[in-house]
Amino acid sequence: MSAADNISTILSSGIRLTVPLAFAACGEYLAERAGTMNISLEAMMLGAAFGSVATASATGSATAGLVAGVLIGLLIGLVHGNLAHRLEVNTFVVGLVLNALVLGLTSYLITISSFDSHQVSQVSVPWLRDIPLIGHPLFVERWPVYLLLLVVPLTWWLVERSRWGLELRAVGEQPQAADVTGIRVNLRRRQALLWCGALAGLGGAYLAVGEVGSFNQNMTAGRGYIVIAAVIFGAWRLGRTLLGCVLFGLADAMRLALPALGLTMNSQLLVVAPYLLALVAMLVFTTRNREPKSLGQPFVRGST
Amino acid sequence: MTAPSTGAPPGTGRRLLGLLTPRPYGWPTPVATAVGVVVALALSSALITLTGGSPSASVQALFQGSMADWTAWSSTLLYAAPLLLVAVGACVSARSGSFNIGQEGQVLIGALAAAWVGLRLAINGPVLIVIMLLAAALAAGAWAGLSSLMHRLRGVNVVVSTMLMTFVAQQVVAYAVNMPWLLQESRVGNAPVSPQSNPLPPSGLLGSFGEYPGLQINGGLILAVAAAVVIAVAITRTPWGFRLTMLGRNPLAAKHAGVRVNALGGAALAISGALAGLAGAVLLASPVGVNRLQPGMAMNIGWDGLLVALVARNRPLAAMPVALLFGVLRSGGGFLAATGVPSFLVDVVKALLVLAFVAPPVVVALARRRRSGGRTAGARQEAAPVAEEAIA
Repeated sequence: MSAADNISTILSSGIRLTVPLAFAACGEYLAERAGTMNISLEAMMLGAAFGSVATASATGSATAGLVAGVLIGLLIGLVHGNLAHRLEVNTFVVGLVLNALVLGLTSYLITISSFDSHQVSQVSVPWLRDIPLIGHPLFVERWPVYLLLLVVPLTWWLVERSRWGLELRAVGEQPQAADVTGIRVNLRRRQALLWCGALAGLGGAYLAVGEVGSFNQNMTAGRGYIVIAAVIFGAWRLGRTLLGCVLFGLADAMRLALPALGLTMNSQLLVVAPYLLALVAMLVFTTRNREPKSLGQPFVRGST
Repeated sequence: MTAPSTGAPPGTGRRLLGLLTPRPYGWPTPVATAVGVVVALALSSALITLTGGSPSASVQALFQGSMADWTAWSSTLLYAAPLLLVAVGACVSARSGSFNIGQEGQVLIGALAAAWVGLRLAINGPVLIVIMLLAAALAAGAWAGLSSLMHRLRGVNVVVSTMLMTFVAQQVVAYAVNMPWLLQESRVGNAPVSPQSNPLPPSGLLGSFGEYPGLQINGGLILAVAAAVVIAVAITRTPWGFRLTMLGRNPLAAKHAGVRVNALGGAALAISGALAGLAGAVLLASPVGVNRLQPGMAMNIGWDGLLVALVARNRPLAAMPVALLFGVLRSGGGFLAATGVPSFLVDVVKALLVLAFVAPPVVVALARRRRSGGRTAGARQEAAPVAEEAIA
């Protein structure tokens, strides 16, 4: 294979690995701007991946699977939101428990059931796919990939330009002040978690019925945590967060391509890159100053 | 924690009646917890039934694998020991107000340090295992201490950094067992080498004590129980424990009272890491595994130990029965498959049980606050510690 072919292959595999991260990152970004450090992202993606495959197998339609994935993400977002921002259980505890629960439940169910393989159809954009090097990776993809073109600007608009987003950011920065001005803090946080759940669900479902076509135990394998690392790496800005997703997706693709390229590099460095980069971003750059001021802190009216 | 029963009537009978009567401030925590546990167990058996299994057969299998005979008990205790060590550490850090969720990585770092020391020194005599345990505690303590350092120097959130460091630790161990000059097993002839270390020398293994008929009490369990008792006494009976609790409840007040906040918080995090590291060394050196360093050897003990601490509501002594229960689930889980129920069931049961223990005190505190209209300062102050202890 020529070098150009190699690059093209790594690019397309990198993009395919980026897409689930990017969907979930849009959700996590919005949830974190509202002040929830949403650890249960992993549960949302994994649960949605399982639900999408099960539904696709039952209905015979991969698109129905995709919808089911979104619904399961929403459901987990609803549970997390109500436990953390209505009943005031610590949000990290809720996340840990939901992750454990969904991992256990999906592993349990996949062991005793088998599903048919379904995949959403591929879209190949004429003309553009013939661009050398990047044409094939970017313009021959499963159709949900192009939903990103809708989801990313929408998320940006919601957070940065809509009234709802302004309230959301106020809730993430200064919940006490937001509360005084009449914003229902915990309601906004629950809504943010629903958005996060829907998108993380889409990402997880895309992974299952988009890329792979089937479900296997612990399929997401920590991708939720990678997305959290990407949001931190991106300093709570949408553009940089997505850049982080692309970087981490490419690192993953490189890791998978190493044996084929005949390189004897240790893959551990590539696996660990997202986490190290997130830590370095927090340590070296002053990204922590951009962190929503009340990230991860519960809102209790009257407390400071 | 027992709910403060407002104006409890004297006499056991009336007290019991009082527990069951709905009161102006809602149900007390123990009752709410009991309801939660019943719901959790009902949901679990519903899951088994819906998927074509038999709940009673599952309970029987769990019992067979964990408590039916001395061998089963020994296996249960083998799992309970590292779980208890991790949980006791989690109690310390959670009480100090910094929530350490990186135990899974700290367990691995402890095992890595213990394996490195054990294989490099390879001396005879009981001194080796002592050195290994010390090395594990030191290394994992330092690993967790890094998070505290990052928090102090650059304001990095402890929960986030301990979580990210877990994944770094996993890759550090994977790297170590892939490098022949580090810890990868030595090649014998032309046999292929796996990503694992050489087996530990016999002097580096934790022995079993007390040869009761069939029951093996591993050294790790004695270590874990000792740690739980020492930490429980330290937390509840020493000035250090008082300062620790004060720091966790109200860092600002603690600072004004002269507590060295950074030093104490850092120490708490390091201690919790050290105990998780000890759990790693115990996993490595006890017959629960193959006595080699392997990337997958932590077996979620770190995450589960954290859940044990949550169920025990951060009390080391309460963590002992909970760790035993989780040990029962782990060692009984292997017997489930024979009844047609996947062993992953125990993970579902564990998660539901944790919810049943974590949610009620918070809900009760919230209900109490709501009923009092959130107006009276006294009601708020009464509710606040309840909520905080349930945090983690």
